[in-house]
Amino acid sequence: MPTSKLQGQIKGNINWFKFAAPQRFYPLAGKLVPWFTVIGILLAAYGLYLGMWVAPTDATQGDAYRIIYVHVPTAWMSMVIYVAMAGWAGAGLVFNSRLSSMMACALAPTGALMAFLALWTGAVWGKPTWGTWWVWDARLTSTLVLLFLYIGFMSLHAAIDDVRRADRAAGVLALIGVVNVPIIYFSVVWWNTLHQGASVSFKGTSMATPMLVAMLVMALAFWAYCIALALMRVRVIILDRERHTAWARAEMGVT
Amino acid sequence: MWNSFGDFLAMGGYGFFVWVSLGVCALVCIFEPISLNLKRRALLAEVREQSQADTGQS
Repeated sequence: MPTSKLQGQIKGNINWFKFAAPQRFYPLAGKLVPWFTVIGILLAAYGLYLGMWVAPTDATQGDAYRIIYVHVPTAWMSMVIYVAMAGWAGAGLVFNSRLSSMMACALAPTGALMAFLALWTGAVWGKPTWGTWWVWDARLTSTLVLLFLYIGFMSLHAAIDDVRRADRAAGVLALIGVVNVPIIYFSVVWWNTLHQGASVSFKGTSMATPMLVAMLVMALAFWAYCIALALMRVRVIILDRERHTAWARAEMGVT
Repeated sequence: MWNSFGDFLAMGGYGFFVWVSLGVCALVCIFEPISLNLKRRALLAEVREQSQADTGQS
């Protein structure tokens, strides 16, 4: 293709657009999955050891605070994945690149599960500390909206038969929903919420070192998990959508 | 940190909440790759079946 050759020359003969082709990205993703899986398992084992075994009991919340080691990483990932999903969906709309839209579709279920886990662990943490599983507080409500945005994205995509039209419609929805992410992040600042403020922010932290290290290790473990799952899922999506091409059929063992 | 394994499980009286949180996270992280693998297998079976049906007709 002449355009990709030209792009390759602009980038100093390294063709970064090479992997934008589903056929090229499929084996690359396959090579990356085991690495992220192993890194994720090792980090989770180390993070749980630090958080559950080494880190001391919290002075005010007792051991209930240990839910933080899964609550904060899943909540962070639910927001990070949404931004990534919307970014890929936007790239798919602007450049009309199929792989970008496939990446958006691959991220949505994992993001939805992370949002669900953030809400679930939050509810189970809220019961002993606030005395209730749920309140209609700004942080909790906006996170529930995030879960519904993921579900809306997947439902809308599934409802449209023409997959490229589905990419565009769901992509627009994903982009509109991005406004909810800063609302979640700043909700504890903008409104008087029952949910506590950020323990870790870009300005610094109020957490003790062993607790902070354990939480950051767990956050990295969830990063690795989510990347591994998104890559695994994009491979299935690529095969599904490329099922009529010779390379995909060879990959699936059909002629 | 912990005096005994029983202490560890009790989590200072919050054991139920802590282990239910962690347990559901673990279940999701096990269930998600398994369900994805099943989807992959279903896709392969579907494509193979279609290709066999196509070659049978022609």
